Amino acid sequence: MINISGLAFRYPDGEFQLRVPEFAVAEGEKIAVIGPSGSGKTTLLNLIAGILQPAGGTVEVGDVRVDALTDSERRNFRITNIGFVFQDFELLDYLNVLDNILHPYRITGALMLDGEVRARAAMLAESMGIGDKLKRLVNDLSQGEKQRAAICRALLPWPKVILADEATGNLDPTNKNRILDLLFRSVEEHNATLLAVTHDHDLLKRFDRVIDFEDFRDGDAT
Amino acid sequence: MIESFYIAWKYVTYNKLKTVILIACITLIAFLPLGLQRLLTESEQQLLSRAVSTPLIVGAKGSALDLVMNTLYFGDEVPELISMADSQALMDSDLALPVPVYVRFRARGHAIVGTTLDYFDFRSLKVAEGRGLAVLGDCVVGATVAKRLGLAPGDSLISSPDNLFDLAGVYPLKMRVAGVLEKAHTSDDLAIFVDLKTVWVIEGLGHGHEDITKTQDSTVILRRTETNVVANAKLEQYTEITEANLDSFHFHGNTSHYPISAVIALPRDAKAGTILRGRYLSTDAINQIARPKDVIDELLQNIFRIKNVLDAVIGLVGLATVLAVILVFALSLRLRQREISTIFKLGCSRMTIARLLAAEIFIIVLISGVLSLAMMAVLSQFANDLVRALFIR
Repeated sequence: MINISGLAFRYPDGEFQLRVPEFAVAEGEKIAVIGPSGSGKTTLLNLIAGILQPAGGTVEVGDVRVDALTDSERRNFRITNIGFVFQDFELLDYLNVLDNILHPYRITGALMLDGEVRARAAMLAESMGIGDKLKRLVNDLSQGEKQRAAICRALLPWPKVILADEATGNLDPTNKNRILDLLFRSVEEHNATLLAVTHDHDLLKRFDRVIDFEDFRDGDAT
Repeated sequence: MIESFYIAWKYVTYNKLKTVILIACITLIAFLPLGLQRLLTESEQQLLSRAVSTPLIVGAKGSALDLVMNTLYFGDEVPELISMADSQALMDSDLALPVPVYVRFRARGHAIVGTTLDYFDFRSLKVAEGRGLAVLGDCVVGATVAKRLGLAPGDSLISSPDNLFDLAGVYPLKMRVAGVLEKAHTSDDLAIFVDLKTVWVIEGLGHGHEDITKTQDSTVILRRTETNVVANAKLEQYTEITEANLDSFHFHGNTSHYPISAVIALPRDAKAGTILRGRYLSTDAINQIARPKDVIDELLQNIFRIKNVLDAVIGLVGLATVLAVILVFALSLRLRQREISTIFKLGCSRMTIARLLAAEIFIIVLISGVLSLAMMAVLSQFANDLVRALFIR
């Protein structure tokens, strides 16, 4: 599902550079990415999502060479194929839960917001246990509920790839496992691929594979 | 675009305080110059239209502005008084038709204008209800006065005393409302018209009381001779003119020496007007003649000079407000950097982010614009009265 080859990236200030000689993830795989802070985990997710452009190498997601797309193509690709879950939920506090879930549909023409999407959003929220909180403002939710709303937003377009950047970092142990359960269930239902950056070693055993970013420093990780 | 407006609307309604402050600032800064301009235009119209239609005013030497404002708009400032002889002198000159005016007293906040029937013809004032002035003690009220005070023909109206603590001063007179004038959209709507003699009764120059030659009450007689009877202060004077006591009203002295505040001079023709003005140019003349248009033009020039200063001040305040609004949006952008980064990561283009911000600005400016227009509408509704209160009275 994800194939990276000879990837090289350097931030404009030149202080940090990332090299990933080879990295592949199969469809439906659930992979945990670990490594010390500043090792480039988030950078890798951003490169896969097409938020950042590599200086060299290739990034393929499905049949698409993400690195070869134009800016606008990358945005459209990202919003239709990639589901992003952030550590701090990154929900908009001035929108209610439903509007947050539907937000990607409102900010781009690549996704069509219609009655079916609204119904699906409601069902998704129901399955996540926040069906009765759709009209609530985000600030009225608990941390666990916020993350569920964020997951709903990421999953609504049925993305092929879910990128979770420390999605459980702000949660207590009970909520961590619950959120991971929901994420895994959704991934399995839609046969999506999950790439999750985490610092939480207790959760690692639940993933199909664990990539330690320290490995990239020395060679490749496949 | 509709979705951008939806999200923008959610943002501005969520951040109520910030939105209200921004809207208030923009509304005020848009309304102030427009409102000021509206008031000045209204004042210019009101002042000039009446001034232009009044050729000349003769009055005592002194402030020409007070004379014109009192005669045309029945303002509070009463000029030095002249006498009916001055009006008669104008008539005798055969250069102009004199319309004497005496504006000094008030009734329930409205000016009592003592004049002759020529005034009604000159101003083309028509009686809408009731009849015109006919009997001593009658009054005809302007349309606005009738509406404000709820007056109709047959009602009565009492003049206000000059000073509550002066027992020897002017006594109030109860006047009959004989008629209500049609709305003229001028100061005449705000006035109470009476015959000159009625004003003189209000002033105490004319009065009515029981016939002291026939009275049985000896305590009111101060001195009695074969040819003369003098009453003391106990003698009751009538404060209302009725059919029963009308005949008892009389004036002491020569009425040609009775006071008036001004004479509106209606020259026979332009030449007569010029000759008339020339007669009052002499330094020996005790009266002045004023062309209302010249006086009002001068007043307007002063008002517009002040307006230019106000414009400059409003311009500076406006510039400061615009800069403050830009600062607020710039700071808001910095505070919302994380939110912008999130929606960018989700797949939003920079153009969409700009569109969202533009939609927010548009909503705030639109609401401010609507509010400014609403305030302008309200101002226009009351501009007439406001101008009268600010510039005329």
